[in-house]
Amino acid sequence: MMNSNDRLEVRKTHKLFIGGAFPRSESGRTTEVTDHEGAFLANVAMASRKDAREAVIAARTAFASWSRATAYNRGQVLYRIAEVMEGRTDQFVNDIQRTEGVSKKKATGQTQASIDRMVWYAGWADKYSQVIGNTNPVSGPFFNFSIPEPTGVVAAVAPDKPSLLGLVSVVAPIVMTGNSVIVIASNSNPIPAITFSECLATSDVIGGNINILTGDPTEIMPWLAAHADVNALDLTGVTDPTLAKELEVAAAGTVKRVRSAPINPDFEATPTLSRVRAFTEIKTVWHPLGV
Amino acid sequence: MSSLDAHAPVTHKGLHAFLAGLPGVDQVGAEARATALGTRSIKKDSKLWAINTAISMVDLTTLEGADTPGKVRAMCSKALHPDPTDMTTPSVAAVCVYGDLVETARSVVSDRIHVAAVATAFPSGRASLEVKLLDTKEAVAAGADEIDMVIDRGAFLSGNFSKVFEEIVAVKEACGPAHLKVILETGELKTLDNVRKASWVAMKAGADFIKTSTGKVAPAATLPVTLVMLEAVRDYFQETGIRIGVKAAGGIRTSKDAIKYLVLVNETVGEDWLTPDLFRFGASTLLNDLVLQRQRMLTGHYSGPDYVTID
Amino acid sequence: MAFEYASAPESTSIVTIKGSYDLFINGEFTPGHGTSFTTINPATEEVLATVAEANQDDVNAAVAAARKAYNSTWSKMSGADRGKYLFRIARIMQERGRELAVLESMDNGKPIKESRDVDIPLAAAHFFYHAGWADKLEFAGYGTNPKALGVAAQIIPWNFPLLMLAWKIAPALAAGNTVVLKPAETTPLTALLFAEICQQADLPPGVVNIITGAGDTGRMLVEHPDVNKVAFTGSTTVGQAIQREVAGTNKRLTLELGGKAANIIFDDAPIDQAIEGIVNGIYFNQGHVCCAGSRLLLQESIAEQTIESLKRRLQTLRLGDPLDKNTDIGAINSREQLNRIIDLTKAGEDEGAERWSPNCAIPDKGFWFAPTIFTNVTQAHRIAREEIFGPVLSVLTFRTPDEAVEKANNSPYGLSAGIWTEKGSRILWMANKMRAGVVWANTFNRFDPASPFGGYKESGFGREGGVQGLGAYLTTEDPS
Repeated sequence: MMNSNDRLEVRKTHKLFIGGAFPRSESGRTTEVTDHEGAFLANVAMASRKDAREAVIAARTAFASWSRATAYNRGQVLYRIAEVMEGRTDQFVNDIQRTEGVSKKKATGQTQASIDRMVWYAGWADKYSQVIGNTNPVSGPFFNFSIPEPTGVVAAVAPDKPSLLGLVSVVAPIVMTGNSVIVIASNSNPIPAITFSECLATSDVIGGNINILTGDPTEIMPWLAAHADVNALDLTGVTDPTLAKELEVAAAGTVKRVRSAPINPDFEATPTLSRVRAFTEIKTVWHPLGV
Repeated sequence: MSSLDAHAPVTHKGLHAFLAGLPGVDQVGAEARATALGTRSIKKDSKLWAINTAISMVDLTTLEGADTPGKVRAMCSKALHPDPTDMTTPSVAAVCVYGDLVETARSVVSDRIHVAAVATAFPSGRASLEVKLLDTKEAVAAGADEIDMVIDRGAFLSGNFSKVFEEIVAVKEACGPAHLKVILETGELKTLDNVRKASWVAMKAGADFIKTSTGKVAPAATLPVTLVMLEAVRDYFQETGIRIGVKAAGGIRTSKDAIKYLVLVNETVGEDWLTPDLFRFGASTLLNDLVLQRQRMLTGHYSGPDYVTID
Repeated sequence: MAFEYASAPESTSIVTIKGSYDLFINGEFTPGHGTSFTTINPATEEVLATVAEANQDDVNAAVAAARKAYNSTWSKMSGADRGKYLFRIARIMQERGRELAVLESMDNGKPIKESRDVDIPLAAAHFFYHAGWADKLEFAGYGTNPKALGVAAQIIPWNFPLLMLAWKIAPALAAGNTVVLKPAETTPLTALLFAEICQQADLPPGVVNIITGAGDTGRMLVEHPDVNKVAFTGSTTVGQAIQREVAGTNKRLTLELGGKAANIIFDDAPIDQAIEGIVNGIYFNQGHVCCAGSRLLLQESIAEQTIESLKRRLQTLRLGDPLDKNTDIGAINSREQLNRIIDLTKAGEDEGAERWSPNCAIPDKGFWFAPTIFTNVTQAHRIAREEIFGPVLSVLTFRTPDEAVEKANNSPYGLSAGIWTEKGSRILWMANKMRAGVVWANTFNRFDPASPFGGYKESGFGREGGVQGLGAYLTTEDPS
C-alpha cells in the first residue's frame, strides 16, 4: 500500500520468536494473514512440531535461570516489558485496528489495558507468595511453611480476541511466577503477538523464557500436550471442544496441569489469582524446632 | 572419629576439635525416639524379670544434710532386704551416701553389696582439685568401692573441656581400685549436644560409668538424656571394645518409669547392658514402688504402703 | 535372660464387625446390586465381612442423593452450621477412636501402634481443622464469595483408609460440597463405620455417601455426568486414566499419586535421629506410603558406617501381629501387593544390587515381607525408579550437594524428599532445590491438617490440607 508520500513501504517478514531470536519455521512454511475484511496483511511463519520442540528446549534452558531470579528481579523485567510496550503504543493500535477491524478508540483502549495488565502483574511478582504462601500452624515442635514455586515450562494458546490483551493476560501470570512459556499466538490475529515479541526481544527478558509461535494450534499443540518436558497447558485460546479434549487426554500421559478455556471471558476485568495458582506448585517444608 | 588415648596428654585444641566433630543430636527426633521406646508394652513374665532386674540395679541413696548414722543404718538394712516379707527379693546393687557416712554403711552391708560415695565437692563441684581428690581418697579409705564424682560444669560450659578431662583422670587415679561413676549433671548442661560431648569427655578420661545427675537439680534423669548417653556408650564400645556403664539418677519414681529405661537400654546398647555391672538406677522412692509391683505380680492383688518399709 | 517383650495384644472386643455390609446412600444403609465381595484380615487371611458392590444403578442413586442433598440442604446451609456438623463428626471420631483404630488394623494390616497414634488422631484432626473453615471461606484468598462445586466423587486407596477418607471428605464438606466416596476394595470397613458416625452426628442424608466396590465402581463414579469434581489418591497409572476420562468435561480434578522420594543424609547429619528418620521413612506402614523415603541417598564418606548402623537398628524392629502393641511392622495389605513387592525385589537382585534383611520370624498365615535394604543401587536400577510400595529401601550414594539434588530430582515423581544435615543454610538451600511438594528437613513422615500435601510432576497435582487444599473444592467468580 502506498502512503501519502507515495513511498514504498518496507514490509515486515513475520517470523517466530524462539530462544530470544526470530527464526523462520524450520519447515519453511508461511501462512497468509488477512485483515478483518479479507485483504492481505502479511505472510506469517507457520510453526511446525520441530519448531515447538526447539521452543521447549529454549524454554527449559531459560527456566533454569529465570526460576532462580529474585521476585524483585522478575517484577523489574515485567515492568520493563510494559515500558517498551508503551513506546510502541501506536504500532499496537495500528496492528489491532487492522487485524480485528475495531475502531482506533477501541484499539487504543485494548493497547492501554494490555500495558496496564503487564504493570499489574509486574507489581504482583514480589507479593503473590505472601498471599498464596504462608506458615502452617502444625501441632508439634516444627517450623512449617508453604511457598509457591513455578511449575516449569508451560505451553499456552492465546485467544483470538482480544488479540493483544488476551495474549498478555495469558503470558504475564505464567512468566511472573517464574515459569517459561511457549505461546501459540492467535491463528487469525497474530500480528499484535509479533509486535509483542519484538517488545520482549528489546527488553530484559532472558532468551527462551517466552517463545511465541504463529501457526495452527491443531497441528502443534498435540505435540506440546504430549511432550514430557512440558509441565502444564494453558488452553485459554482453545475454543474447539474436540481439540481441547484431545489435548487434555494427551496431557494425562505425564500428568500435566491443565487450565481449561474460560467461558465467555472478560479480559478487561481485573483478574483473580487463579492463573497464578494454576502455574505454581505449593511446596511445604517441615523442620524441627529444637536446641 | 580420631581416637584419643586417655593416658596421653590431651591438648585443649585436640579435645575441642574431637568434640566438635561428634554428630549433633536433633532434640525433637531424640525426644520422639525416647517417647516411642517408652510405649513398648511389657507383660507378665518379662515384667517380673524386669522388676527383679530393676531392683538389683538400684543404688539406694540418701544424700541429705540431715543424714545421721541411724538413718544410714536403716537404709542399708533395707538395701539388703528390700522386702522383709519376701526374702527372695533381690538385694539392690549399692547404697549411695556422703563420704563421711561410708564407714557406717559398710558396717551394715559388709561386702554383700557395693558402697558408693559421692565425692569431689558433690553436688556443685565447686572446689579446688586438691579438695576434690582428698574427698575421694578419704571415701575410698573409709570403705567405698564406688565413687560418684561430679564434673566441673562451669569449666564445661565455658569451653574448658581439658580441665574437665584432666580432673576426671586425676580422680580416677585417686580412686585406686574403686570404680568411678562420673556425674554429668545433664540438667545444667541443657542441650543434648552437650550431653553427648560430656559423655565422651568422661569416657575418654577413664570413667567406668557415666551418670546423669546429682538428683539435686531438676530436670534430673530423663529418657532423652539417657538415650543420648546410651548412644555414646554404644559408639564408644564400637570404637574401643570397652563397655562403660550408665546410671540414671533422680526423678525415676515408678516401676513403669524404670521399665522404660530398661527398654531404652535393651534397644540402644543391647541386652549385654541389662546387668547391675553396666546399668544402675540412682533412686530412693523407686525401690518401694518396685517392691509393691513385685508383690502385686506374685500375690495377684494390688499392694499398699503398709506392706513396704519406710526405710 | 533376654528381655522378651511378651505380646501385648489389643483386644478386638471393642469393635463389632457385622457379617455383611450394605452401601451407605442418602443417610441409610441400603443393599448393593452388584456382586458382593469379601474383605479379609491380611495378617491372618480370615474373612472379616462381606461387602456390597455398587453397580451402575447404585452409583446413580448415590450421585442423585448427593445432588439432592446439595441442592435442597447443604448449599442452603450456613457455613457455621456446616462447621458444626463437622465438629460433631470430629468429636465422635475421637470418642470411638479405639474402635476405629482396632478395625483399621484388622482390615488393613498396619500395627495398632500406628492406627491408634497416627491414623485415627490425624483423621479426627482433619475434621476439626476443616470444621473451622466452613464459615470463613471468604477469608481464604479465593475471592469474597467462593462457592462449592457441587457433587464430589472421591476415590481413596488402601494404605491409610480412614485418614484418606478424612483428607477427602472434610475439606469437601467444609467448602459446601456433597460427596460420594469409594473406599479401596481391600479396606472398606472403617469407611463403613464412618458412615455410622455420620448417622450419629445427624448429618443430613445424602451429604456423605459411601459406595463400596472395586475398579469398575470407581470408573462408573468418575464417569457419571452429574459429578462436578473428582478427587483421586492412588497409583499414577489409574490417575492418568482418570485424567483422560475427565478430559473434555467440566469436572475439576485433583490427583495424589505415587512417589519415589529421596531421603538425603549428609555427613554432618544428626546421625542417630537420621537413622530413625530412615527407618520411619520406609518401614512406617510397611512402606505403603506414597511419600515413603524409598531411596536413601547417603553421602559417600559416611555410607559404610551408616549402613552398618542402619542394619543394627533394623534388628530391633518387630514384625508380626498388627494388634500387638509391640509390633513395628505389620502385614502387607494383600496378596497382590505382596507379589508386586516380591517381583520388584527379585528384579533388584537380578540387576546386581545387594540385598539384606534382619532375621525376622515370619508368621505362617497372612501376607508378610521382612524389612529389606538394597545397597549398591544406582539410578539405572528398576528398584531406584519404580515405586515398590513395600518395606524395601534402595541405598544410593552421592558426593556433593549438587549431585544429591540431581539424583533426588531425577525422577518423573515429585511427592516428597528428606534432608538431614545440621547446617542451616544447607537445609534451606536443599529444600529450595527439591522438586517435591513436601520437604522434610531433619524429620520425616510428618502430617498435619494445616499443612498442604501433594506432589510435583507425575506425583499428581492439587494439595490436600491447609488453606491451599480448600481451593480444590471451591469455585470463584473468575472473569478470565
